Amino acid sequence: MYSGTASLKDEEEFTDILEERRRTTDLGYALRTFNPQPYKGAPYSSTSDLKKAVLESQYLRYIAKEIALETGSSVEKVRQEARGILEEMSHNLQLGFIRLMAYTVNKVFKRLFRSIYVNMEGLNMLQQAIQESPVILMPNHRSYVDFLIVSFILFTYDIPIPVIAAGIPLASMKVVGEILRRSGAFFIRRAIGSDKLYWAVLSEYVRTIVRTGCAPLEFYVEGFRSRTLKSVVPKLGMMDMVLEPYFKGEVFDITLVPISISYDRVVEESLLALELLGVPKPKESTTGLFKASRVLQEDYGCMHVNFGRPLSVRQLCEGKINRSEYNLIPRDLPQRPSTEIQDCVNWVAHLIVRTQEEGSLISPWSLMACLLLQAPITTLTEEGLQWHGLTEKTLWLRKLVLDFRGRLNWPDSDVMSSTVALHHSIVHHKAGRVCLVQDGDPASQDPLSPEEGVMRTAAAVLMLVSYRNQALHVFVRPGILATAIHITKSTQKDELFSFFCFLRDVFANEFIFIPGRASQDFDEACSLLQKCGAVHMSEQEVTVLETGLEVLSFLQKLLQPFLDSYQLIFRYLCENGAHVFTEKQFLPAVQNLATKLILSGDLHTFEVLSSDTQKNVLSALRRLEAVTKLRAGLYITQKELLGGSIPTRFPLC
Amino acid sequence: MCHTFPALTSDRSSRICSLLYKHGSSMASNSSGSDSSDRQRIAQQRLSVIAGHLQRPVEGNSGILAAECKAQGDKLDVSSERRTVPRRRQEIMKWNGWGYSDSKFLYNKKGQAEFTGKRYRLSGMIIPGLREWMESTFGANLQHKTPAAPILNSSAVQPPTLNEAFLKELKSTGIPFSHDAEDRVFRSHGHCLHEIFALREGKIGRVPDLVVWPNCHNDVVKIVELACKHNVCLMPYGGGTSVSSALECPPEETRSIVSLDTSQMNRILWIDEKNLTAHVEAGIVGQDLERLLNESGYCTGHEPDSMEFSSLGGWVATRASGMKKNIYGNIEDLVVHIKMVTPQGVIEKSCQGPRMSTGPDVHHFIMGSEGTLGVVTEVTMKIRPMPEYQKYGSVVFPNFEMGVACLREVARQRCAPASIRLMDNEQFKFGHALKPQVSSIFTSFLDGLKKFYITKFKGFDPNRLCVATLLFEGDREKVLQHEKQVYDIAAKFGGLAAGEDNGQRGYMLTFVIAYLRDLGMDYYVIGESFETSVPWDRVLDICRNVKARIVRECKDKGVQFPPLSTCRVTQTYDAGACVYFYFAFNYRGLSDPVHVYEQVEHAAREEILANGGSLSHHHGVGKLRKEWMRETISSVGMGMLKSVKDYVDPNNIFGNRNLL
Repeated sequence: MYSGTASLKDEEEFTDILEERRRTTDLGYALRTFNPQPYKGAPYSSTSDLKKAVLESQYLRYIAKEIALETGSSVEKVRQEARGILEEMSHNLQLGFIRLMAYTVNKVFKRLFRSIYVNMEGLNMLQQAIQESPVILMPNHRSYVDFLIVSFILFTYDIPIPVIAAGIPLASMKVVGEILRRSGAFFIRRAIGSDKLYWAVLSEYVRTIVRTGCAPLEFYVEGFRSRTLKSVVPKLGMMDMVLEPYFKGEVFDITLVPISISYDRVVEESLLALELLGVPKPKESTTGLFKASRVLQEDYGCMHVNFGRPLSVRQLCEGKINRSEYNLIPRDLPQRPSTEIQDCVNWVAHLIVRTQEEGSLISPWSLMACLLLQAPITTLTEEGLQWHGLTEKTLWLRKLVLDFRGRLNWPDSDVMSSTVALHHSIVHHKAGRVCLVQDGDPASQDPLSPEEGVMRTAAAVLMLVSYRNQALHVFVRPGILATAIHITKSTQKDELFSFFCFLRDVFANEFIFIPGRASQDFDEACSLLQKCGAVHMSEQEVTVLETGLEVLSFLQKLLQPFLDSYQLIFRYLCENGAHVFTEKQFLPAVQNLATKLILSGDLHTFEVLSSDTQKNVLSALRRLEAVTKLRAGLYITQKELLGGSIPTRFPLC
Repeated sequence: MCHTFPALTSDRSSRICSLLYKHGSSMASNSSGSDSSDRQRIAQQRLSVIAGHLQRPVEGNSGILAAECKAQGDKLDVSSERRTVPRRRQEIMKWNGWGYSDSKFLYNKKGQAEFTGKRYRLSGMIIPGLREWMESTFGANLQHKTPAAPILNSSAVQPPTLNEAFLKELKSTGIPFSHDAEDRVFRSHGHCLHEIFALREGKIGRVPDLVVWPNCHNDVVKIVELACKHNVCLMPYGGGTSVSSALECPPEETRSIVSLDTSQMNRILWIDEKNLTAHVEAGIVGQDLERLLNESGYCTGHEPDSMEFSSLGGWVATRASGMKKNIYGNIEDLVVHIKMVTPQGVIEKSCQGPRMSTGPDVHHFIMGSEGTLGVVTEVTMKIRPMPEYQKYGSVVFPNFEMGVACLREVARQRCAPASIRLMDNEQFKFGHALKPQVSSIFTSFLDGLKKFYITKFKGFDPNRLCVATLLFEGDREKVLQHEKQVYDIAAKFGGLAAGEDNGQRGYMLTFVIAYLRDLGMDYYVIGESFETSVPWDRVLDICRNVKARIVRECKDKGVQFPPLSTCRVTQTYDAGACVYFYFAFNYRGLSDPVHVYEQVEHAAREEILANGGSLSHHHGVGKLRKEWMRETISSVGMGMLKSVKDYVDPNNIFGNRNLL
């Protein structure tokens, strides 16, 4: 019913929308008649109507009164404050600015990309869906570039322009902030924390948009741009707000449209790696944007925007929740949803991210990255990897991806060398060998310290890691099974299943697993490994086939960096004397330890240096209750747990 | 069932009928004509009241009255008329459809819709718009007929399982009874779609084995005693208008099932003019009760849409609601005293105090008990002097949202007229299709002009506008004042007064719809209505969601044509409203249309509950909605009801298995 794979026919037609753009004038395009068919029940509502509806809602009145009572200030003052929040937040969608946006974006995209491929069938389904119920557009977020891509496409195809949830830093950019606002962006503060009034204004604002269906709502369920290009475990705040009108019966249904955006090459690739290594990202600013304009000189290949099959929230939630729990409290008053509802929201959010993954296209480069990362680091940085071997292995991997039902973006001619050429900032191909490009001037006067050397290599490796991550979702489930087989050395299905579940549980912050579907995931892993001839399955046993060793070893090596990284951090926490530690101490300390071990040759992955990995481990440990958060940034380890069950089951390899 | 309207004009033109029906011009137009005619009318009314009082009690069915009941001659029987419902219902009523045998819709030779008979205002008229409406709404076609089995085939009826000992003793009491197949089949069903559909196909399931017609309370006491003694299952039967499968014989029942038909207990035993109450036998049907009280210058004001056929006992047993409850109240507000015969004996209160603080009100065990505890035999009800003046009205709103907002405001100001109902756009169109042929060119010209004014001049979208129908009642001055107040409120919500005619036709729609279903069933269209009550803040949502759910479920279940899915708000309360849904579809191409219908209705009910609506506002639970009782009233609530049942009727003599 909701399976993402069902919606992904192998031979789906993608159309290059830039092709037509290159043939017509930009101005003519921007001034085209735009006459979308809106959601049928939607009464016209202007931006000011929307703001008024939010401010005058019973809900906000109630919260304002409550806050006034708690803080001792006057209701009028609180409402004034709410008005301010709303002003800061509110979008101001105007057709004129949509045209301006379309004009600009069109120019930029034509410059950056060779093609932008869109699946027309998905667009048609979206057009249909928009007339039937409020639509939520849910793209993945891999680059700043994709912020306006959906609006751009919808404008091109006469579909109502969405309002888009954006981070507040964008709003503070001079001029650009305002243009974005008028192109439909509304702005949300980061780290809202326990600001009750802010939550109230935001949630009422979002709910009102959904309730009235005045425009499609676009938001990133992953919460932010993924620095690692790997899917991020979804954030539930917005998801809650968006789904509530359905739970409360204020709309008949809500349609969720997962959108998978895949890049051959991500514009901010080098920034991402540095950011992960702790070099702070440049603050969003208009001048920064102009400085970044040198990126316009580069070639970024193609972009694929895959509109997934629209999902009916009503159908998704059927049998999972009982909406009558909202019957006994006036609907305008805040009500904490039951765990049943919360679980359902969480499930839907994960499902969407999984569907995004399944809809994204894997480039040859991602496969190469997987393989390059399995080579010893010294080979990569020094003599280089044999080109011939790499291309052959890549073709082998292509077949495996197809066996695993992954979607490939595999252009017909000259794939390998053009791919490598496109990614000249990461590798260079010379004399039959491929080497990692390392930033900085190698002939610099000051020789780098060993630590600096590690960081320099890490920056290059992490870029490679990002591209590997784009393909990871295809391999994760069979990969975990391969790891389980490798570690347990067991052939017993139930034993493998239990270890599979354990790993799935530990890595639930790292990869996207739909809650409650462990056994389906296991079955999927089994059937994929069987399909590619790696194992033989019987009722109780999983036996490794001779022919499957290559696949299993590839998969196991693919996940090895994660195991190593987690292990290192567990060890650090176990061996570190203090029970209580702050996030500020923790991150550099882990980095130091890792650097030391890399230098001594005891650690073979650079990924533990990534702050993303470190944060994921911390979240995982908190989820597993091995670490408790005392207050913001301060943690305590639950030694008996950490020293007990988890590391002992976690293999020391 | 909530259809219909005070209709029947019997041989004497009763006042209620002249007021509401048949003779077209309402009192409003009469009285607004001139003062002298007004005075004349009041004088006539007084005369008829006096005449009513002077008349000697006449025993309509004296031949069959049991001796003991006849002996109650000291009681004043203020009634004077032949009653509507004979023992043999088949003499005047359809066996496989709604209402009187002589009244039905059909397409005449010219292919025009026509309503037969002489009873109703619409009788004998051509309805030009109906065919096109049916064709365009359902995709129905006059070529595709699904005729019903013409006569009841008695051989299809299972032979009765009789309890000989019970029968023998029953005979000795002299209470009339029958095990004739027709009599039994008539009492084996209500008017749910599946029940009527089966009858039309000539399919007959489990039916009662015996029908008894008690004539008075004491007869009932005897029957219940005998039933307990011989372990016979009793199922009370009143007007047979149930739409909750309440009259369906439980298939698992192995005992002899006796249908206890109260229709012959139909006298007004006394009228107390000092306290304004009337003591009435519970088998009386609504139209008789109203007509007889009218003769004395009174009314109960209780007018459920089914009042032509539904009985007082049935109202009590299902917690009925009347169209004019805003003035007169629902049945629970009207009842002062109830007498019920149970296996444990007779339950009644010792006095008729208007309110008591004596623990939980035992009347509330009886009201809504749906025949599971005993038989209601006599009821003391509040009565009111007949209203001096009555006036219909209607308001057109640009859309349903505005209409609901207006009704909400009317309720907030507590100034609801006797009745106020809001139809959605589809029902508005439906009502329009039921306009009888207009005789004068002038009228149709005027109609055209009105339409032009509303859609073109006022900019109402004909596909969104909706209409509220109103009925005002009381003294003339107050009615006019009240009317102004309501229209002023309506104006604030964009409402335009749309005349008395539209209002009156709106109420007519209520009663004809039940007849119309039979017409639909002749042409592959099946449908039904169901209701709920819901807090004000959810009215719009529930209307939208349930209608949408119906459409979606039909699509999912393979219905080939878009269904009619429409609703109206029929009652307003301080804290909410009663909403009625109508749902019908063309079932051509479906192998089991009734099953599809039931699945969709089931889904619609789930949707209602999920949106904060109640399981039922006044139709009751019966067997159709039993599955939701526990979640509706909680397990403890179920336990309470069960323990009452266990005490009152430990052997499940009243074994219709409704409710619990």
